[in-house]
Amino acid sequence: MSFDPGVWLAAILTLCIFSFLYKDNPFYKFAEHLSVGVSAGYYLVVLIRQTLIPAFVNPLMAGYWHVVPELPRSFGIFLLIFPVFMGILLFARFSRKWAYVARYPIAMIWGIGSGVVIPLVLQNHVIRQLQATMVPITVQSWADIGNLFIAVGVLTGLVYFFFSKEHKGLFGGTAKVGIWILMIGFGSTFGFTVMARVSLLIGRIIFLMKDWLGIIG
Amino acid sequence: MTFFEKITLIDRRIVFIVIALAVIIPLLLRVDLPIKVTPEVKKVYDIIDELPPGSVIVMPCEYAPDTMAELEPMLFAVLRHCFRKDIKVIGCLFFPTGVKLIEQEFKQIAEEQGAVYGEDYVLLGYRPYPAVVIMSMGQDFRQSFPEDYYGTSLDALPMMKGVKNYDDTELVLTINATSGVDFWLIYGRERYGFRYALGVTAVMAADYYSYLNSGQVEGIIGGLKGAAEYESLIDYGDLATMGMSIQSFVHIVIVLFIIIGNVGYFASRGKQRGRR
Amino acid sequence: MKRQLPIAITFICAFILTVQYFVPHRSFEMMYEVSNVWLQIIGFFATLLGILSLVLNHWEKVKYKQENWIYSIVALAGLAGMTLVGLIGSQDNPVFEWLYNFILSPIQATMFSLLAFFIASAAYRAFRARTTIATILLLAAIVVMLGRVPIGAYISGGLFPWLADILLNYPNVAAKRAIIMGVGLGAAATSLKVMLGIERSYMGSD
Repeated sequence: MSFDPGVWLAAILTLCIFSFLYKDNPFYKFAEHLSVGVSAGYYLVVLIRQTLIPAFVNPLMAGYWHVVPELPRSFGIFLLIFPVFMGILLFARFSRKWAYVARYPIAMIWGIGSGVVIPLVLQNHVIRQLQATMVPITVQSWADIGNLFIAVGVLTGLVYFFFSKEHKGLFGGTAKVGIWILMIGFGSTFGFTVMARVSLLIGRIIFLMKDWLGIIG
Repeated sequence: MTFFEKITLIDRRIVFIVIALAVIIPLLLRVDLPIKVTPEVKKVYDIIDELPPGSVIVMPCEYAPDTMAELEPMLFAVLRHCFRKDIKVIGCLFFPTGVKLIEQEFKQIAEEQGAVYGEDYVLLGYRPYPAVVIMSMGQDFRQSFPEDYYGTSLDALPMMKGVKNYDDTELVLTINATSGVDFWLIYGRERYGFRYALGVTAVMAADYYSYLNSGQVEGIIGGLKGAAEYESLIDYGDLATMGMSIQSFVHIVIVLFIIIGNVGYFASRGKQRGRR
Repeated sequence: MKRQLPIAITFICAFILTVQYFVPHRSFEMMYEVSNVWLQIIGFFATLLGILSLVLNHWEKVKYKQENWIYSIVALAGLAGMTLVGLIGSQDNPVFEWLYNFILSPIQATMFSLLAFFIASAAYRAFRARTTIATILLLAAIVVMLGRVPIGAYISGGLFPWLADILLNYPNVAAKRAIIMGVGLGAAATSLKVMLGIERSYMGSD
């Protein structure tokens, strides 16, 4: 058995969380709230140390922003301060009168995000996937048959998602095959999900039995 | 109430106790079962194994203690492989609550394998909005990371000399439990065209076979099983190999529960119909 | 100023960032690089805003002694303690590491491991072969569950792993590809709506 107070604390908190399996109780609530607070505090520290200082404070102190080496230093610093100004505007949400000002940085985040995403997501999610589906149809090997199956499966799956036409007749039949294919996909994901959750439990039980109780080597 | 109706109504706490025992008993018994290596894991292993010594790979690690049980063995196995083969690793710590964890994990394996910080591996710290960080790294790692995790200038690290962006690396292998996998795919691989492989939680694994088929992803290490396969490939059985026999036992128990539930359901439904 | 300016900002940013993908000129590249780092800095403040909201929420609970207010003190104390310890000294501060390893890490890890129990219970209770599609779902899940663990190969002579490989590499690929393509088209359409000012939900209400 471990004599490390840290391991004991971790074991007690682990048991507090496991106690929820019986029913909600004060021990669980305590550990849950402690986790919320500690996580937020940890996040804040990481943000200050890993983002604010290297990305903003250090270049500001040096009077030089490395991202725009071609531009005059003073303009570079202006460009560096600008997002800080925009970031501070976010806090206008706490004022009823000025709340709308917070929309400016949010609009910027959304604008940059959506501008970048359009060509890339179409390329990645649609064009590349279509390319991989549109392979020459031959039946010389099992892989060819598999590819044909994928092409038919994708088509029927897409038909199932097409709700602008009633799922009747040939269209309905195709959609039905589509939902069968989709169910195999969801079933596979469920199988893997069970696997993932069990792995996490194994991790905790190993901690309790090995690191805390020392029952196993 | 008939027997068949009763077996569909087992109290959830009994189910919980059985699941707990299904983990504890095989852990005490320690039964080792052979692990079959799947092609998607072998591919990741082969890519790394075939790289010439001194090559640089990028390893974004985006997970926290909540998924540590699955991804830590994976990271350990891949790092052991890399350090043995003298492959240099740029680790990225892009998940806020996992920063400390992953830094400790890199340190642990580096110490075990005799790897030196700055020469064999480098850690880049946390920045918000992984999508934009990934894109800026495609231009130059120094844009988002003028300094490493410890505050040292990247230019001062011997390993980073001549390493500007993804073009100077051989592979991006993300060990990931977040939507970061998609960000690396959309904003990284699609734009900068690097070779890309995944180590993901089992929950996520099934979703990426489509990208494996399209060639956008070159290999997948999925969950604890994938980690166990990688451990067997590098011939270093560790936490994942240990977990596999337990995992087997629990899966059998869950399948039995599903069968019991269905037998009870159909038998009691048949009886109800008979009564009508 | 309240609605038109944000729409204009969104349009200009989105337009420039879309166009830069197709224009290999240094000025556009620079705009792209600057905007990348800008977002990271704004992101810091956005997260700070989230943490501030959390503090205010718990503070109000304590102030007005709402239900379970005592636990809000625990959350606030945890936040204050971790922040203070983390900002004192270097980031290798041993107390900070200790708090991370023995408080944050075990709680988070255990919280997710609870799901193993719940997923087992849910599978037992709800996984019934009532209809054709439910049966397909059930069988696919069982094949993957048994095919991806060593014992599956042992009890079936390799049948379950073989079946799982086929399921994952063909029907699963087809299903996921249909979904991915739908998601891709949806994401592009939504982004276009944001860019053109049709989708304005991010602005909230006046």
